[in-house]
Amino acid sequence: MAAAAIETVQRDGLLHARLSGDWTLARLPQPIDQIEAQLRDLSARNAGWDLEAIDRLDSVGAILLWRVWGRQWPSALAALPAHRHVLERAAGIVAYDDTRGPRRGFSGVLFLGELALRAIKDLLGVIALVGQMVLDLAHLFSHPRDIPWREFSANLYKSGAQALPVTALVGFLIGVVLSYLSSLQLKAFGADIYIVNLIGVSIVRELGPMLVAVLVAGRSGSAMTAQIGVMRVTEEIDALATMGVSRTLRIVLPKLAALAIAMPLLVVWCSAAGIIGGMVSANLQLDLSYGFFFHTLAKVVPVANVWIGMGKGFVFGILIALLACYFGLQVKPNTESLSSMTTTSVVSAITLVIVVDAVFAVLTRNIGMPGSS
Amino acid sequence: MRSCDSSMSPPAIEIRGVWTCYGDTVIHRDVDLTVEAGQMLGLVGGSGSGKTTLLREIVGLLVPSKGSVKVFGHAVLDPDPMLRRMVRRRFGMLFQQGALFSALSVYDNIAFPLRELHVLDEEMIRDLVLLKLGMVELEPRHGRLMPSELSGGMVKRVALARALSLEPELLVLDEPTAGLDPDRGENFVKLIKMLQKELGFTVVMVTHDLDTLAGLATQMAVLADQRIIACGTPAEVVAVDHPFIRNFFCSERAATAMQKGAR
Repeated sequence: MAAAAIETVQRDGLLHARLSGDWTLARLPQPIDQIEAQLRDLSARNAGWDLEAIDRLDSVGAILLWRVWGRQWPSALAALPAHRHVLERAAGIVAYDDTRGPRRGFSGVLFLGELALRAIKDLLGVIALVGQMVLDLAHLFSHPRDIPWREFSANLYKSGAQALPVTALVGFLIGVVLSYLSSLQLKAFGADIYIVNLIGVSIVRELGPMLVAVLVAGRSGSAMTAQIGVMRVTEEIDALATMGVSRTLRIVLPKLAALAIAMPLLVVWCSAAGIIGGMVSANLQLDLSYGFFFHTLAKVVPVANVWIGMGKGFVFGILIALLACYFGLQVKPNTESLSSMTTTSVVSAITLVIVVDAVFAVLTRNIGMPGSS
Repeated sequence: MRSCDSSMSPPAIEIRGVWTCYGDTVIHRDVDLTVEAGQMLGLVGGSGSGKTTLLREIVGLLVPSKGSVKVFGHAVLDPDPMLRRMVRRRFGMLFQQGALFSALSVYDNIAFPLRELHVLDEEMIRDLVLLKLGMVELEPRHGRLMPSELSGGMVKRVALARALSLEPELLVLDEPTAGLDPDRGENFVKLIKMLQKELGFTVVMVTHDLDTLAGLATQMAVLADQRIIACGTPAEVVAVDHPFIRNFFCSERAATAMQKGAR
């Protein structure tokens, strides 16, 4: 086994290139350009080619020679039959028409149009999924035995119970930060007492539901999309369908129901942690006693705020699960689609949650504010 | 033609005293196996006998609990990353499901290992990809397809083209014909056989399919009772008296398959 080598000999007044050694990908001297230039030079001088001393020739070597010869057989060539066969293979490469259609320039209008069309398609798809849910629910009313209890409880545990620590931690920290920053301002006005109103209303009504929604979208929404997506890739969903099990009933509905139940409870839990955080911070910063904080909280924050918070949690939960399942079902059997759909699912769920939150704020502007009741 | 000088070069695969244990379960007990260059070895055994595990140990995807695995005289799990990479470039593996990169087109899948070398220009890579496509009897236009658009047989062919793209000296096949209908399976076996004759690579394969085995294997190793109970030419292996071998080979179906392969 020797490395590829070139030798030139003059025979009968003609230049002959004698190649020897292994002309294979692994054994060709690097960089290949150098040896190719050498060969091209020989080819330009119209040399005869003697390949009989070559030990091994693979397709890289053959293509290299074929390219050097200008994609045609040289006039004088001596080669072993086996090597000639390899060369014939290289000669047999058909020119590949590499046109992949005219590349479209980036056009703003086109981009917007496509975006709008896709949004409409997704909207219709989500509506169809909602319709299917309603039909499934109607089916369950008449066939209570088909209710997927096990899936429901598994989802409730995964997206509810297992989310308790992280939501409590985040709620507590946000409560501490909010209370600390507000207390600095309120102190300047001598309005220390109002820390209770501020923390109570903002956390129970707004921050609790939003925090939980963002956390759950990132935690459970992405997991749901990825799970359904992989089930599509591995044809598990098709397997379900062939067994006569409705995929929406068995996969989408339990997730939707679990989040619809778990989210309001998580909102209460997260808000409680946030208020405790605020209380601790107020106690340290403004010397408000815990007992006073509790007393005042009940007086200044109408209980309607809790209901609004839980209502938001319910709606957000359904939205997150719906989008997660919808995008999960849109996954095509490749990794690229799986990753892009998971991203889309989380991003659109969080965006939609914020939009819906704004709608909530407008609709409930007269309810539950300290002065309004 | 390369099997002639095999006496001088190290064997393609050398497995010495390999033990594989998962917890208390012993899968391989002191397994020895040598595959000379140019041989086509079929590894057979009952399900759960650890054939695929052994195959994965050969290509360095799994670490045996004890013992050494050498490919071309180098340990597959050599601590030197350069040496390890060099050894890995000398063999190609065909996975059972193809394991094509689903985000890349057929063309890019085959070009991927070539591009990773960083020594070939794009024109050379294009020629090589087209050549490999031709080798596995696919057309250039198939290069544009995505793996999800391929049929089972085409997936295998593309995966074979990818496994062959670095001109390997050793081809490792995991169930090469699983999931193909008999007709296509036979064609695939013929294709591998033809390419082997032409390119002279060594083949190690795990298979359950007697037709594949009879069509390809020049050597056979039988894995049972956690050990290699027989190793040699098909005729030698069939003659060994062991319940598994009797069961596996001595049915009527096996006899016809072996006869067909011998022809």
